[in-house]
Amino acid sequence: MAPLTSPPSEAARRGGTAAASAGGDAAGLGRGRAAAFVAPALVLIAVFLVFPALWTLYLGTTDYRLTGIAASEPKFVGAHNYGDVLGDGDFHHSLWLTLQFVLGSAVIGQTLLGFAIAWVMRDRKGLVRRVVEALVLLAWILPGSVIAFLWIALLDRDGGTLNALLGTPGTAWLIDHPMACVIVFNVWHGTAFSMMLYGAALGNVPPSHLETARLAGASTLQTLRDAVLPRIRGHVLTSLLLISLWTFNDFTPFLITAGGPDHRSEIMSVYVYRTALGDGRLGFGAAISLVMILINLVIALVYLRALRERGRREPREAVTA
Amino acid sequence: MAAITISELTKVYPGGVRALDALDLDVADGEFFALLGPSGCGKTTLLRTVAGLEAATSGTVALGGADVTRLPPGRRDVGMVFQDYALFPHMSVLDNIAYPLKIKKRSKADRHARAAEAADYLGLEGLGKRRPGELSGGQQQRVALARALVAEPRIFLLDEPLSNLDARLRLEARTFLKRLQKELAVTTVFVTHDQAEALALADRIAVMDKGRIRQLGTPTEVFRRPANLFVASFIGSTPMNLLPGRVEGDHVVAAGASLPLPDEARALAAGEEIVCGVRPEYLDYGDRPVDGAFAGRVSVVEHLGGSALVTLDVEGEPVHVVVGEGREPAPGDEGWALPRPGRVLLYRDGELVTAPGASEVPEPRMAPTGKENA
Repeated sequence: MAPLTSPPSEAARRGGTAAASAGGDAAGLGRGRAAAFVAPALVLIAVFLVFPALWTLYLGTTDYRLTGIAASEPKFVGAHNYGDVLGDGDFHHSLWLTLQFVLGSAVIGQTLLGFAIAWVMRDRKGLVRRVVEALVLLAWILPGSVIAFLWIALLDRDGGTLNALLGTPGTAWLIDHPMACVIVFNVWHGTAFSMMLYGAALGNVPPSHLETARLAGASTLQTLRDAVLPRIRGHVLTSLLLISLWTFNDFTPFLITAGGPDHRSEIMSVYVYRTALGDGRLGFGAAISLVMILINLVIALVYLRALRERGRREPREAVTA
Repeated sequence: MAAITISELTKVYPGGVRALDALDLDVADGEFFALLGPSGCGKTTLLRTVAGLEAATSGTVALGGADVTRLPPGRRDVGMVFQDYALFPHMSVLDNIAYPLKIKKRSKADRHARAAEAADYLGLEGLGKRRPGELSGGQQQRVALARALVAEPRIFLLDEPLSNLDARLRLEARTFLKRLQKELAVTTVFVTHDQAEALALADRIAVMDKGRIRQLGTPTEVFRRPANLFVASFIGSTPMNLLPGRVEGDHVVAAGASLPLPDEARALAAGEEIVCGVRPEYLDYGDRPVDGAFAGRVSVVEHLGGSALVTLDVEGEPVHVVVGEGREPAPGDEGWALPRPGRVLLYRDGELVTAPGASEVPEPRMAPTGKENA
């Protein structure tokens, strides 16, 4: 790492003699002192990330519980928990709901809505743009507990704002359509990120490309297909990767529906919470957590691979840009 | 193929910038027409308004007699080449060329045949499978030309067609463009800030400034008889000598030289303040005193290749003279610059003084010589 950060030519050569005395790096610190500088960060990472992860892995192999005999003397049960998790009907149900949640709210909802707003606002300036951006951003930056309260007030059966607006008093949205509510809520909550990312990406599309499409008489969809999407594929993949992971791990829906009614909105993070802390089955919860981490890794790998493939095809094309 | 008729065209951008100011212009069918002017003069706005990429604030644009002012660009039947060519980097050369046909929903076989034909015509044989990034600048420009031509547009618009090419390619592309336009005989309008390009390519030139046309004419007219001081100082790779002077009887006195009053300026009263314009190319340099010549000391000699640009210091005013090869004086020499008969132009209040009553005498159409464009 170190030699890369300094100018490669003369400076590096001059540094060579100094480095020899001080330990072989550009900054002249020496291994010992360099390690000392990094150590505090490494300790923090170890304490708050590595150790809990390993502890979770260990817990997953025990029958550790929050209360009772197993709480004081947890027994080693090997891969038993993992087998249980994979065979558990609740787990399958929760996985299916999480899939709906990620696809519906992140991949489709936030991406499409965010892109649509960015596209419509792309050459708009002044008040309209600032107001729209401010509103969308506001939904993003408000604390989860605050917006959860707002949404409960909006969707409440008696005296809820939505029922008042639609003229449908007594409709219990959170009970009749819990999953749909949670998905719409998350679209509203998270669209800002996609909007900002695509707003920046659209700035990368040369105006002359859009105008070429206009001159040929292309419709909006044709313009997006031929002139815009090929230019912003990298941005799309990055955005999808990030929001898929965030949404997969999102816990805010719990604040609105608490996974209910009857587990009908129990997405993965809520399911872990319920089994580990609600039912007190810490070992079993730890096993689910590990499975979640693995699913996250798979999602990340799929996107990273797609990004890298794109990167491999790109260098030739970069010449024109 | 269509003529372009622009009347009273005005474009005001939000924020109040008036890019086009009640502009009238007729471009004949099959003409190669240049919009020339400094940056910010409105030439690109005019081109884009004709294409439909900018909406006119008022006034009309008609193509082939039909008003298209409110038509979207896709329905105007216009081919345009952008300054950066705007080729899609993810498409092959053939797909790029076939793009307008794809939007028009032609069959794949048909559009590829047409695209291949256009590519061959423009000298792109064998490059059809490549990506634009693998082509040279000149080839990219030809791809953009082919794409603009493949749908057989009624008019053809070029935005700064040569500015993205290096100097050598530019000359080649210029000749190529001119031949292509003559062969296709499609009405073509191009925008340039380079007067040499406009003189070399165009059948007619509109010199623009501040959203208005300052002079409209053939390259010869614009070069030989600039209608006002703006055009006089803008056209010509060696700027025109513009010397303040005064009318005295049947002579004009400027920079210490007494020149015979041109016939067209007979109506000027004695004592009137004028500006005397004469191109460096139309001055003959000599090392002996001559009547009616600017006399001065040579201060700078700049070599232009086949000739040299000599700057004479005439009573504190610099006077530029183009001197032929082998006859260059040395700095410090005494020199005399004699205007050729009929080449002195007089400007009063910034406008060319012409014979009263008689409108502009049409100049014989003559291709500008290489020297004038160099």
